Amino acid sequence: MHDRTLAELARGLAGGEFTSRELTAALLERIERIDPALNSFISVTGEQALNAAERADSARQQGKAGALAGLPLAYKDIFCTEGVRTSAGSRMLDNFIAPYSATVVDKLERAGLVSLGKTNMDEFAMGSSNENSWYGPVKNPWNSELVPGGSSGGSAAAVAAGLVPAALGTDTGGSIRQPAAFCGITGLKPTYGRVSRYGMIAYASSLDQAGPMARSAEDCALLLNAMAGHDPRDSTSVSRAVPDYSRELDKPLDGLRIGLPAEYFGEGLDADVEKAVREAVKVYESLGARVIDVSLPHTGMAIPAYYVIAPAEASSNLSRFDGVRFGHRCDDPASLEDLYKRSRAEGFGEEVKRRILIGTHTLSEGFFDAYYRKAQQVRRLIRQDFLDAFDKVDVLMGPAAPTTAFKLGAKADPVQMYLQDIYTIAVNLAGIPGISIPAGLVGGNHPTDHRPVGLQILGPHFGEAHLLNVAHVYQQATDWHQRRPPVEGQA
Amino acid sequence: MNQGAANMQWEVVIGLEVHVQLSTRSKIFSGASTAFGAEPNRQACAVDLGLPGVLPVLNENAVAMAVRFGLAIDAEIPEYSTFERKNYFYPDLPKGYQTSQMAHPIIGRGEVEITLPDGTTRTVRIHHAHMEEDAGKSLHEDYSGMSGIDLNRAGTPLLEIVSEPDMRSAEEASAYLRALHAIVTYLGISDGNMAEGSMRCDVNISLRPRGQQTLGTRAEIKNVNSFRFVERAIAFEIERQSELLEDGGIVVQETRLYDPDSDETRAMRTKEEANDYRYFPCPDLLPLMLDEAYVEHQRSLLPELPSEKRHRFTGELGLSAYDAGVLTASRPLAEYFERVHAVCGDAKLAANWVQGDLMARLNQDGLDISESPVSAEQLGGLLSRLADDTINGKAAKQVFADLWAYKGESADEIIAARGLKQVTDSGEIEALCDRVIADNPAQVTQYREASEDKRGKMIGFFVGQVMKASRGTANPPQVNAMLKEKLDALL
Repeated sequence: MHDRTLAELARGLAGGEFTSRELTAALLERIERIDPALNSFISVTGEQALNAAERADSARQQGKAGALAGLPLAYKDIFCTEGVRTSAGSRMLDNFIAPYSATVVDKLERAGLVSLGKTNMDEFAMGSSNENSWYGPVKNPWNSELVPGGSSGGSAAAVAAGLVPAALGTDTGGSIRQPAAFCGITGLKPTYGRVSRYGMIAYASSLDQAGPMARSAEDCALLLNAMAGHDPRDSTSVSRAVPDYSRELDKPLDGLRIGLPAEYFGEGLDADVEKAVREAVKVYESLGARVIDVSLPHTGMAIPAYYVIAPAEASSNLSRFDGVRFGHRCDDPASLEDLYKRSRAEGFGEEVKRRILIGTHTLSEGFFDAYYRKAQQVRRLIRQDFLDAFDKVDVLMGPAAPTTAFKLGAKADPVQMYLQDIYTIAVNLAGIPGISIPAGLVGGNHPTDHRPVGLQILGPHFGEAHLLNVAHVYQQATDWHQRRPPVEGQA
Repeated sequence: MNQGAANMQWEVVIGLEVHVQLSTRSKIFSGASTAFGAEPNRQACAVDLGLPGVLPVLNENAVAMAVRFGLAIDAEIPEYSTFERKNYFYPDLPKGYQTSQMAHPIIGRGEVEITLPDGTTRTVRIHHAHMEEDAGKSLHEDYSGMSGIDLNRAGTPLLEIVSEPDMRSAEEASAYLRALHAIVTYLGISDGNMAEGSMRCDVNISLRPRGQQTLGTRAEIKNVNSFRFVERAIAFEIERQSELLEDGGIVVQETRLYDPDSDETRAMRTKEEANDYRYFPCPDLLPLMLDEAYVEHQRSLLPELPSEKRHRFTGELGLSAYDAGVLTASRPLAEYFERVHAVCGDAKLAANWVQGDLMARLNQDGLDISESPVSAEQLGGLLSRLADDTINGKAAKQVFADLWAYKGESADEIIAARGLKQVTDSGEIEALCDRVIADNPAQVTQYREASEDKRGKMIGFFVGQVMKASRGTANPPQVNAMLKEKLDALL
């Protein structure tokens, strides 16, 4: 059961092949067996999961079960879940039991999904390798020496390892798409404003967006159907009708105009990754698509602009973690200032502190215009690049990351780590949707040498339905998304 | 040195930042109640507590109130305004930032007309007014060695009204504050209760030699919360600063606190110690767009404003500027006066009684106009009887006292029950006068022997006797005339 997609599991539940309780119990057993080596979960909520599964089963017996009822999933530990620890991967919130649930969690719970627990992540979603977690790094299921990517590395690894069929992630600069690519799964970052951010612990509010991570585009569509929509509690969520993302999955791609941005195939791109991506594009051509070379001239400014805007917002968003009302508090504070200083010094990890410092600096009097204001100008240019490109093409394609998964500890220099997000970050700055789908395995012949490659597909604002269609048709023609890592061998 | 002397040499320059608590039912960014006086932290929801993941949603009512204030001071209402975060750490500031407005406030330049005690008017220019959330309160009593935090007030909507440095004396500052108080209470956008902190102000004050154009260095006196304290604090500052300057010293730019107990201001922090608030646009709130139709709709909801009423009272009703100023100081008072006037039809009589007997009794019993035991209709009824000579002034005071003590439903009822109807029948009055003259031969002799100017005073004795004999019901002017005629006939 652990290899199946959500859609397949839904059919199994509907056909009475197994109950949600059986499915849930089987996956919990598998988590218990395999996850100690992977470390993809921070909290496993077995008892609540079994209870929820039983509720779904009894709803099904009464004929009241919706399409997603009884299906298991996991939440990145950045989504508040009532009564369950919500740590954001930080020591700061190790003791934080959320007193309320995020809007997306509420929605999925109401749809009958069964949460197995909370997945590991880079602290406060800051990182590209999942090495910045207070709970230790996550291992890539394909090879335990490799990182799973980040910051939604726990979600990606859990889905790839067959611990859970789907998980939610968040994407501020590539945090869904890059780990999806590294772990060989499908991950969608929706348009900014498509999914409510209420209850999602904020990293960079103008960039953060929640999205599904699963084994197929079809599964992402199923989840997005339940997640998307305006939330009166999130002023930045957009009130715009939510289409049925499953309906047009099979639409033929005849005449699809694919743009290949020159900037996404330049220096720094691993040759194997480039080869896999170009082959995927060829598959699309064989399906009736047309390839057009385009340019996104301001791509080079995306990382610098991001590392002004995101830390600026983060420095402010993370001010509430002061040891006063919740979260970590230092022992025996001598004064208020001591309470602040030591609680924050002890509660936050290195990367979080680095970004708080950067953000505090760039917002300071005398620096604001040179950094923040300038970065916002760049942001508008980047957005315009995409809008111009989408005048000529329907989607853009390229690699999700410049390399495949790298080794744990390989990128000690933060700037090297930041460059991981070179193809994903501009997408958040522009607010457009993007999806990463498995498009090849590179490396040696031995199964533990296989490293997944992610193809990133980008569309215009609110173009999720089309992106999912483009991804799904590819997945009907190829089987990269069905390749599974040799997890059992490692366990 | 006294203030007068200081003013000879120095010109005082004052600007006020007034915080007005808007009387919305819920908070500016959450649904929690704003009612005053609840148990600590009972009116603070997840948003007010700044829990991880929560987001603000702007209260539309607070926006409407701010716009109505803007219209009342004839201000520019920009189409576009934004919210910014003001970042600083304080235990009663849950998020580590206050959501406020900086670059694009909701209300632009406007002006407020003020009336000085001598009845003259002046205009104070308003630089802008912006919306922001209030912080919580630190409670330093009852917690040995610790501070308690009450977040009930956190998130209460405030309108901060920033004046130009247009005031030149404590009197003007106080008059300005009273004018603002009148405007916001007329608009019904604030209860204006200064004791509960619904209106409080920061006073910026500097001195410069008369004739000098450039401003001197200012001190800011924080959080002054009564009209009287504003005057006292300014008086103290004028003396402090003029002494400093005259001794060849300099005024340091700093924040000071006024202590009503010692009646002095004390330094709190200097400019060097001031925070760098690192303002930046709040990414959780979209820019606020107000179109003309919205603004015009708000305009249609405006009541008659204090300055409009004042001009009508002096123009149409012929009241003095002083009376009009006193009567329009608060909307309930003005409306009470207007109802009294509507019933009795004599504006001057109504103004005299409302400001005189009524206010005296209210002050004596510590009551607000809204709590008056004598309704405007009852007072109007009483004054009607005075105006049409049914009763005389003395009887009127008696009727008023009875109404106050709930000894009757209406003036007419009391007049009838007590037989206070004025005697105007000349035959009856003549009989009374004859009797008093006959009964007091000694006084009559004195009268006859007195000089003419003394006689004028001596007639009062006879009038008093006649009034007494009539149990106060005789018409005094008639009695006066009749006695004069009869006594002078004896000369």
